[in-house]
Amino acid sequence: MRGVEEVAFFAGAIGALGGAIAVIALRNPFYSVLALVVHLVSLAGLFLILHAEFLAAAQVVVYAGAIVVLYVFVAAYVGGIEEPLWEPIPGQRFIGPLLAAALFVELSIAVLGTALAGLDTEGPTIPLDFGSPAAIGELFLERFLIAFEAASILLLIAAVGAVVLAGKRAAPGGAGGGPAGDPHEAAGDRGETQSQLGRVAPDGAPTGAPPEAA
Amino acid sequence: MSATTYGWLVLAFPLAGSLVCGLGFRRLPGRSAGWIATAAIFAAFVSAVGALFMLLDHPAEERELTSSLWDYASAAGLDIQLGILVDPLSVYMCLIVSGVSSLIHLYSVTYMASDEGLRRYFSYLNFFVFSMLLLVLAGNFALLIVGWAFVGFASYALISFWYRRETATRAGMKAFVINVIGDIGLVFAAFVIFREVGSFDYLEVFEAAPETFSVNDGTAIAICVGLMVGAFAKSAQLPLHTWLADAMEGPTPVSALIHAATMVTAGVYLIARTHSLFEVAPTAADIAAFTGLLTLVFAASVALVVTDIKRIIAYSTISQIGYMIVGVSIGAYAAGLFHLMTHAFFKALLFMAAGSIIGAMAGVQNIDRMSGFRRALPFTGALLAVGALALAGAPPFSGWLSKDEILVFAAERGGFYWIFAIGGYIAAAMTAFYAFRITFRVLYGEPCPEARELEQGHLAHSEPANPLTGEPEDTEVGFPGPGHYVAEREVPMKVAMGVLGLLATVAGAVQIPGVTDVIDSFLEPAFEDSPLAHIHPSTSSAYIGLAVGAAMAVVGIGLAYYLYVVAPGTTDRIRARARAAYAFLSHKWYFDELYDAVVYRPLIAVGSFANSVVERVVVDGLVSATVGAVRGVGVLVRDAQSGFVRAYALLLIAGFAALGLYFLIVAS
Amino acid sequence: MDLTWYLVLSALLFATGAAGVLIRRSPLVILLCLELMLNAGNLALLAFARANGDQDGQIFALVVMVVAACEVVVGLGLIVAMYRRRLPLNVDDMRSLRG
Repeated sequence: MRGVEEVAFFAGAIGALGGAIAVIALRNPFYSVLALVVHLVSLAGLFLILHAEFLAAAQVVVYAGAIVVLYVFVAAYVGGIEEPLWEPIPGQRFIGPLLAAALFVELSIAVLGTALAGLDTEGPTIPLDFGSPAAIGELFLERFLIAFEAASILLLIAAVGAVVLAGKRAAPGGAGGGPAGDPHEAAGDRGETQSQLGRVAPDGAPTGAPPEAA
Repeated sequence: MSATTYGWLVLAFPLAGSLVCGLGFRRLPGRSAGWIATAAIFAAFVSAVGALFMLLDHPAEERELTSSLWDYASAAGLDIQLGILVDPLSVYMCLIVSGVSSLIHLYSVTYMASDEGLRRYFSYLNFFVFSMLLLVLAGNFALLIVGWAFVGFASYALISFWYRRETATRAGMKAFVINVIGDIGLVFAAFVIFREVGSFDYLEVFEAAPETFSVNDGTAIAICVGLMVGAFAKSAQLPLHTWLADAMEGPTPVSALIHAATMVTAGVYLIARTHSLFEVAPTAADIAAFTGLLTLVFAASVALVVTDIKRIIAYSTISQIGYMIVGVSIGAYAAGLFHLMTHAFFKALLFMAAGSIIGAMAGVQNIDRMSGFRRALPFTGALLAVGALALAGAPPFSGWLSKDEILVFAAERGGFYWIFAIGGYIAAAMTAFYAFRITFRVLYGEPCPEARELEQGHLAHSEPANPLTGEPEDTEVGFPGPGHYVAEREVPMKVAMGVLGLLATVAGAVQIPGVTDVIDSFLEPAFEDSPLAHIHPSTSSAYIGLAVGAAMAVVGIGLAYYLYVVAPGTTDRIRARARAAYAFLSHKWYFDELYDAVVYRPLIAVGSFANSVVERVVVDGLVSATVGAVRGVGVLVRDAQSGFVRAYALLLIAGFAALGLYFLIVAS
Repeated sequence: MDLTWYLVLSALLFATGAAGVLIRRSPLVILLCLELMLNAGNLALLAFARANGDQDGQIFALVVMVVAACEVVVGLGLIVAMYRRRLPLNVDDMRSLRG
């Protein structure tokens, strides 16, 4: 049993890690999305090993199913982006991974160096329905009801927000956002914020807001 | 009503008058402010007379009455009362101050009639009289200091009354600053007294003085020096005299009141009042006497050459106060105070006459331009002569009797006090000379244009100008008023001058040696604890002194007569021959220049150093450096707000890593 | 089973995601890297849940998944909005909020 578990773990781990590295390394964002799928499915396998069946299923259905599909749609809509080589922040290419590595080292030291009781043990015996949908559902509706409801509201807000963000806008806001939105214009920065707030034309003369001008 | 109630009334009337004139300045019509003020002071005089009678009701030993209105401060060993002391000395001073003040107020009613600032003037004048009376009636050192300071302020307000004149404001500031120097001395003395004796109250302090201090004790000398500094600043003695000549910038009645009769006598009063302390420290008393002597000679010499009529009279005041200071310092208290009284009369009279003449001259004060007013101003001329005779010490005028009494006392004390007698007589000759220098110059000789105009019956008018510098000024502000007044035409001026002239003539009768000694016996209870006060020169020596004095007066008058009437123009030749001496005298022995170099310039240098180095570099620099540092840090930190999301993320993760590192290190 | 392995793996995945956020410039890919980090967190949570025999960890991980979903939705909406307005899809060019 342990042997199987170990093999399964390593398989899942390699898949997850490989997918992760592919996500950050591949140039084409479409390929990155596909790499993410691999990563997510591998993680689902790991979840299974950890006796989190419901979560594994949720991972596959929600994450790899819905979210990744969203990504695919947007990637297709937006298209592939060629990232230019020039880096406005000097040294970021090297400092970034360096810091991440430092983080990893620290976390590992933290994990390995602690005297966590759970390490090096088998873990307690767990009931049969550990991680089953029934058990999860029971917990959600009994102990974590508020979290459940809050999560639902959050989902609702997110959905509404997405619609508002990506939907068609009325013309003035859109026109105001357009010309003022040129981010290369350093001097126009002030005009940008103002145009979002008070519908003032870039040259400063107030338009369509006489009460505010008084 | 008891004497102390009258005492409070003496204080209340002028204060009320000042408030009424000051606060009602918009609603008081015409010259009514003047009449109200005069009435207030006259009421104060009447109250002083009432106090006198009530005081005389008491037997001689019990003539020290105190009355306290309010516990001003009582904590931590301090017990200061708002209290007055009514005793012969204070009643005497009150009578003189309120009497002469009421006459001067009367004079001012017409003199200042055309002035826009009439109400302000009378408010200040009343306030001045109130403060002087407070000073005199105070029963403890704390209230004395209050009155002292008020008098200084009132003097400043009145000197720079015509504040549009720069010379006037500067003179006012000069007077105030020098007065403050005196205040410092006085306050210091008061503190040391409190430390040694434990009380500010006069009666307690003076009783305890002989027991607390041994003779010529260092502390006692220090106290007396402090008191002397105060007295000299107020009475314009060397070396704190420079303000009095400049104080002539004020209106003439102000000069008459403050700088002849009242404020400058405060120093004399102070020394007389604290005589117990001065007798415990004879060294200090001698220093005071010598300073007085030096002053009287110095001022008399300067008065010989100065050309502004008011300034001649001012230096005369300094000189005569010198006599008084000598008197009260060597123990001739009654004599010194007698001279105070007579001086008040004839000096105020002289100033009033001068005011009348200046009015006739349309504001010009230079005696070189005045001559021949004998026919044009008969009344003024006569009273000018009366005042001059009293000042010169000619018999039988009051000045003769009072001045010589001091000098006789000095001779009686013997020893080195003879120097005071000799110096005093020489200066008496000089006094007579300059007194008649004014008189002969103004009255005799060819009538000047203004005099001729006046003889024809109309008063000269000219463009308004600053009498000191001669530069023209505008009278749009309304002061000085455009009107000029002479005594011949104004009844109040005539009345005031007439009364004073009479007093200057006959007031000496109260102290004819061997015949009457009204003042001596009246003041005796206040000075009975003093061994010096019991020295009484014999009648014969008194008469010898009087004879010498008369002789000096004759010498002086005769010399003046010769130089100004018989052979006019001699003075110009003398001036041409003795240029250096003339320059020395006319620059007032270069005191102003000395103070400028020794005091003023170093202070200005220190001030500008403080400004340029300490203020600009150190203080400002510190503040600017802080600002610069904060701004610099801001500039540095601002670069972190680059707007790059990834930079922010970098900082985030870097911070997280650093934090983790810290915790790992701490935990290990 | 060994809790340590899971935790180390989770740390590795998290670090990888962090590195990705720092070095990639396309907002789309940055969001993907964020997903990596969230999933690493989930893994750790579940590992602890199994080690303690406590299902609360799984609930937590589920809620994290919900939040991740919402965040992805909003983020992608933003990307679409940016694209609609012809803004260059480059995180470095979005810097109006600089001080």
